[in-house]
Amino acid sequence: MTRDRTVLALLVVVAVLLAAGPFLPRWMISLFNVSMGYGIVVLGMMLLMRTGLVSFGHGLYYCLGAYAAGMIDQIWNVSDMLAMIGGGIVVTAVVSTILGFLLSKYREIFFAMLSLAFSMILYGLLVKSASLGSTDGFNVAAKTLAGMDITGKGLRLTVYSVTVVVMGIAALLLHRYLASHRGRLAGAIRDNELRVEYMGASVRATVHVNYVISAVLAGIGGALMAINIGHIDPEMTYWPQSGEFVFIAILSGTASVFAPLGGALVFETVRSFAYEYSPNTWQMVLGITMLVVMIFLPGGLWSLFTRKKVAA
Amino acid sequence: MAVILDAKGLNKTFGAVTAASDINVAVEQDSVVGLIGSNGAGKTTFINMVTGYLKPSSGSIHFDGRNITALSPRQITRLGICRSFQIPQLYNTMTVHENLLVGVGIVAAAGNAWGGAHSAAYSDPEKAVDAMLEEFGIGAYRNRDAGLLPEGTRKLLDIAMAMVVRPKILLLDEPTSGVSADEKFSLMDCVMAAVREHKVTVLFVEHDMEVVERYTHRVLAFYEGRIIADGEPAVVLDDVEVRKFVIGDHAPAAASGGGHA
Amino acid sequence: MTEFVAVLVDGIVYASWLFIIAVGLTLIYGVMKILNIAHGSLYALGAFAAVSCANAWFAQGYAAMGSFAMLAVAAIAVALVFAPIIERGLLRHMYGKDEVVLVLVTYALFLILEDFIKLVWGVDPLFVQGPNYETPYSLLGNFDVAGLTYPNYNLLLVGVAIVAGLALAWALNRTRSGKLLLAVIHDREVSAALGINVGRMYFVTFTIGAFLAALGGALTAPTVSVVTGMGAEVIVMAFAVVVIGGLGSLPGAALGALIVGMVRAAAVHYAPEVELFSVYFVMAAVLIARPKGLFSGAEVRKI
Repeated sequence: MTRDRTVLALLVVVAVLLAAGPFLPRWMISLFNVSMGYGIVVLGMMLLMRTGLVSFGHGLYYCLGAYAAGMIDQIWNVSDMLAMIGGGIVVTAVVSTILGFLLSKYREIFFAMLSLAFSMILYGLLVKSASLGSTDGFNVAAKTLAGMDITGKGLRLTVYSVTVVVMGIAALLLHRYLASHRGRLAGAIRDNELRVEYMGASVRATVHVNYVISAVLAGIGGALMAINIGHIDPEMTYWPQSGEFVFIAILSGTASVFAPLGGALVFETVRSFAYEYSPNTWQMVLGITMLVVMIFLPGGLWSLFTRKKVAA
Repeated sequence: MAVILDAKGLNKTFGAVTAASDINVAVEQDSVVGLIGSNGAGKTTFINMVTGYLKPSSGSIHFDGRNITALSPRQITRLGICRSFQIPQLYNTMTVHENLLVGVGIVAAAGNAWGGAHSAAYSDPEKAVDAMLEEFGIGAYRNRDAGLLPEGTRKLLDIAMAMVVRPKILLLDEPTSGVSADEKFSLMDCVMAAVREHKVTVLFVEHDMEVVERYTHRVLAFYEGRIIADGEPAVVLDDVEVRKFVIGDHAPAAASGGGHA
Repeated sequence: MTEFVAVLVDGIVYASWLFIIAVGLTLIYGVMKILNIAHGSLYALGAFAAVSCANAWFAQGYAAMGSFAMLAVAAIAVALVFAPIIERGLLRHMYGKDEVVLVLVTYALFLILEDFIKLVWGVDPLFVQGPNYETPYSLLGNFDVAGLTYPNYNLLLVGVAIVAGLALAWALNRTRSGKLLLAVIHDREVSAALGINVGRMYFVTFTIGAFLAALGGALTAPTVSVVTGMGAEVIVMAFAVVVIGGLGSLPGAALGALIVGMVRAAAVHYAPEVELFSVYFVMAAVLIARPKGLFSGAEVRKI
């Protein structure tokens, strides 16, 4: 067995990000926080895509994770960061397990459309829920971390550090999963479901499990984003948000867990600069980028790094 | 010899079309059975029913004394019946090695639920896969994407993928179709060696009468959904009806049917 | 009773509006297998172009009734300008790719066109309105049903929807080109091999679809404030319609539009808090009961 270089690289990245935290300028911390939140969601999209599925409604879980994080404060007065993330995980796991029984039967455009319908149902509910601020949403704040007070000056850095660690764990676990026998079934299902069944594995069960994992990742991303930005609203489950996740996943490619994380960083960087310098054309920039990537780099940006290896 | 597969009174209709009509077959353990018949005679329908892809309209199928008529392909695979396909069903974007590794992984992960012996044999998955590649003589293609293989190799990989889940019965759907004339015997030799090694009962659909004569102990001739002859190859291939409806030549059968497509 | 009539009328008007937009979407999907997210942008472009055309007309002091012609002109202009750019310039190179990839291509287009609209028309709300506050919406007068008053403009929407549906059905089933198109829908490769100019069929289909989207937008413009983002709202509703009816089905789009129209109208009157929710709830329910929509073809066996 050769040492797994991805694991090592992940540990190095996490260590460097943690060490660099105190020295990073404010804007960069914000950029990284948002990128990592998105990155975790897109890790889930990557798993779905490896299984051959594209969801146009993953905003559902992103939003649920965020609202779960915000609502445990509203309902039980719990504002511990870990509890908020945990809330996001529990809610998304439960909802995706239930919806997964239905969605695991669907493929291609029909999977995309049913996912879309579910996310829009949540949108329809939230915009009419006056107690949750309707279209305005509400503010969220984490006050403690495992019991320690984190309010005040250090909050931003604490949120950053926790996000780095959570991202590291999520990426590591997903990487291990993808390399496992169960994880390898994802690609097999994408290529040939019939053969998977004729090899004695359940396509539906595997799709279901992968769907739940991807939903939980989206929920974690949503909870982190809620804590990081401090505000949540129903736009998180509106379809263009889901489209954005698909966008980043396509931009990134699915060959390595680093692809979605790097892709999210590239996306967020392009967006923040484009938004700053040309607020009315940033979507145009994104759209053109997406077309260029789809036409010239069908394997996503990540394929830029792996091309030589494939040729060899 | 013990009967391992017992199909009784199988009927299957698609609307007005009868694909199987009162099929009765008892297959003995360790035998090699050839299924012959022109296109649409019901051979593949029979395989599809045995492996659970199609449910018979009436009749029953027993495997090792157990009624499997209503089970799904997955359940039937796990009991020990697997199949290959006329058009190879591969994981085209994965390498040959990974194609088999998926199967090894499924068996290994199932653990004792799938017969402890296999999961023990697969305790080192990489080694198990390499041994299979060797067995089927496709080791040279180990790291090639399955979608980029020559047709003969695709066929072999397809059969290896059925064997990797360690079946007790293997059903082959036209193993030599699309394989060149000079490759067909080496392919079949290779498959039959693996089959004997693992003590697998084989049923295979074949249009090439040379192959049928050479490898089978018994031949079933299908015509319009019925079995019109059942017996030793020499007898069945010489049967008047079989020659008329299946082999399609009217010359004496002594000179073998040859490369009938 | 009055409430019931109101639901019925609102539902039919809303269904007509949805149908005009959704029928183009389902037509394009049926022929080209592209679920076109940019259909929402074409709708928005139609609305913005209508503002420009109609307001220019009013500004010239011409007869107000002519503004209706301007709405049509706007829709035609949008179709003639954008269909060639999008279909010939981009989509043509994408045929044969995975359906989901094609959806993403149109999503990229959607993003680009959203900003194009902002660049051309700005970000402030616009209205179809002459210098003396004349607008096509009120020009036609009103009609009464069960004591409720409705603008006749709504009848125009219903009329356009019926004409569009019948015209498409007639063209598909009764004309030579329509029959050729049905052949293309059934099997693209075989049709091409038989000498049917598939590329041209695609182009014409896309142009008609784009025109219907733009017409939907142009007819909507006088009834609302025309704002950026209106395409995003509409496209997802149109998806609901075509998915409920069955992707690529003409009668499916009509039935889907009626269902969504009625459900929404009923929700607005009886339970406004579930208005949006109800539409997507129906969409999910239909997909669960009939995964390929109400009007869908049979499965093909694989082995």
